[in-house]
Amino acid sequence: MTAPASPAKVRGETILAVDNLVKHFPISTGVLFQRRVGAVKAVDGVSFELRRGETLGVVGESGCGKSTLARMLMRLETPTSGRATLEGRDLFRASGSELRRLRRNMQMVMQDPYTSLNPRMTVGDIIGEPFDIHPDAAPKGSKSKRVQELLDVVGLNPEHINRYPHQFSGGQRQRIGIARALALRPEIIVCDEPVSALDVSIQAQVINLLEQLQDEFGLSYIFIAHDLSVVRHICDRVAVMYLGKIVEIGTEDEIYERATHPYTQALLSAVPVPDPDARTDRTIIRLTGDVPSPADPPSGCRFRTRCWKAQEVCAREEPHAVPRAADPHPSACHFAELRPTTH
Amino acid sequence: MTHSAVRPTPASPTPPGGHLLEVRDLHVEFRTGEGVAKVINGVSYHLDAGETLAVLGESGSGKSVTAQAIMGILDTPPAHVRSGQILYQGRDLLKQSEEQRRQVRGKEIAMIFQDALSALNPVFPVGWQIGETLRQREGMSRADARARSVELMDLVGIPAAAKRLGDYPHQFSGGMRQRVMIAMALALNPKVLIADEPTTALDVTVQAQIMDLLTGLRRELDMAMILITHDLGVVAGVADRIAVMYAGRIVEHADVRSLYRAPAHPYTKGLLESIPRLDMRGQALSTIKGLPPNLMRIPSGCPFHPRCPYVQQVCVDVVPHDLVLGDGRTSACHFAQEVHDDSAR
Repeated sequence: MTAPASPAKVRGETILAVDNLVKHFPISTGVLFQRRVGAVKAVDGVSFELRRGETLGVVGESGCGKSTLARMLMRLETPTSGRATLEGRDLFRASGSELRRLRRNMQMVMQDPYTSLNPRMTVGDIIGEPFDIHPDAAPKGSKSKRVQELLDVVGLNPEHINRYPHQFSGGQRQRIGIARALALRPEIIVCDEPVSALDVSIQAQVINLLEQLQDEFGLSYIFIAHDLSVVRHICDRVAVMYLGKIVEIGTEDEIYERATHPYTQALLSAVPVPDPDARTDRTIIRLTGDVPSPADPPSGCRFRTRCWKAQEVCAREEPHAVPRAADPHPSACHFAELRPTTH
Repeated sequence: MTHSAVRPTPASPTPPGGHLLEVRDLHVEFRTGEGVAKVINGVSYHLDAGETLAVLGESGSGKSVTAQAIMGILDTPPAHVRSGQILYQGRDLLKQSEEQRRQVRGKEIAMIFQDALSALNPVFPVGWQIGETLRQREGMSRADARARSVELMDLVGIPAAAKRLGDYPHQFSGGMRQRVMIAMALALNPKVLIADEPTTALDVTVQAQIMDLLTGLRRELDMAMILITHDLGVVAGVADRIAVMYAGRIVEHADVRSLYRAPAHPYTKGLLESIPRLDMRGQALSTIKGLPPNLMRIPSGCPFHPRCPYVQQVCVDVVPHDLVLGDGRTSACHFAQEVHDDSAR
């Protein structure tokens, strides 16, 4: 396989633009006469850009809407409102053959390598299925050759084409999922927690594979994860989500070294560091309480109920993710400031 | 504590010179239709009063099975304890009757599990579930058990405990459910708490809360803790000693600081090098090549040899014994000294 090299495609230009994306899941009561009583605001106004060849990390705790965001981008969920353009074409208005073309350009790697592969299909069928849906992607009769090439690319034995998923380990299955995502040579791959289910030693192998494939094929990744150490390792830019909103977005360095949002700071300080000597010299910010329900988020700043800086203005006025005086990357906090000493 | 008078105080907690809990040369196998999986192959470790021992390993290394053998909750069959001893205060638990073991379980050694949602019964209120232990084992009245349940829920930091007594597990968040399970485990004042991946299913900020709670309670109630985990970060934060397991064996055993400073087993070294670290930046991660072994066909000699960068012919032929490296550190590697010197560099 060769990289889809085209002179028009400049590394660093915007490939995907997401503007004010919203997904509300309705809550209804009643059996026969259903009445809408509220909505779970899973994603509530998310905007970002993905540049060609970069990895954008999306981090946040469970329930912050990161997976819903991924599913909307894959058009597995219909957004309540908002726009997204993939190479200038409207992602949510597209239908028919245009949608098929767009989908070819954007693929997904799922979190759980055990449930995302059909146990009754051979590896060859799983990886080859995209070619059945898009017959023009592989010349007639070349399907099994292409599948074997893909197996080779992700580091699996091409002779195992007729095996079933249960004959592979977790890490190998994740490689099958990656091969399937690569089949149509997309430009964007959305990775939803691709290594969370794997053991540490296997996790490193899959991360290295993803990085190597990115160099080889010029892929852009949206990398969704809750493990902040993994995200720092693989991502160029990082968006931090809390209760359906991006609270802070910036380069890997801006987020990890110069975070100005209290939630990001707390999240980073809570990550256990594999060094017993760090036990004493790290100041850990302990957040109290749980994430509020996305069906009834707090007024103003959504983080204020757990925030030690919260003032009256935080309840009244919602802070927007704009560049702040403390550091010129967008941060959604009225009192954005650098932490005196990190680590 | 209101009910401590009910409980007869044991004559002597630990025989002189002995450990509070000691596992000696434990062998456990799973006999299945496809063959015999040797899950535990000669595990020995000990736990003294008041300390925290971390048992670290990846899935299938046998860390949870060892704990289940200590608790006496292995599914037998298919599991079968082939040989070994589990000494609690000098008595071999494996030789005791089921009734005697029941007395130890919960009261002396208690356990909390990874997934609180499936460990709790969904159709009973949490207050009832915490109180069940107290009614059954301490013969408490319903009212007393209820009052004690509220105390326990307060102790583990569940807000408005009295009001939440009647709530069902699904009405609690993940972190709060974990607290409910900890409250259940503490109900009978155990001396040893086994925590099996207590924070794996939780978010980082909640994980930090639960680990704080566990270390605080361990100190406050003067328990000893066995922390089973795969997370090297969590271990570094709380453990005193660490035992690293691979393919049903303990491959390295050391105090936490010296192990992180200079691992003496290639597997530990590989693990430490393969985690991306927040406080360190690097490019390609170093990996451990290959896959963990199939426990039905464990490689000859050292079970780690097919994945090991230090491998020599002797590793294929001879099973390495524990090499003592000073400070009570051991490493089951023929080249332990070399590995240690390499990592210390």
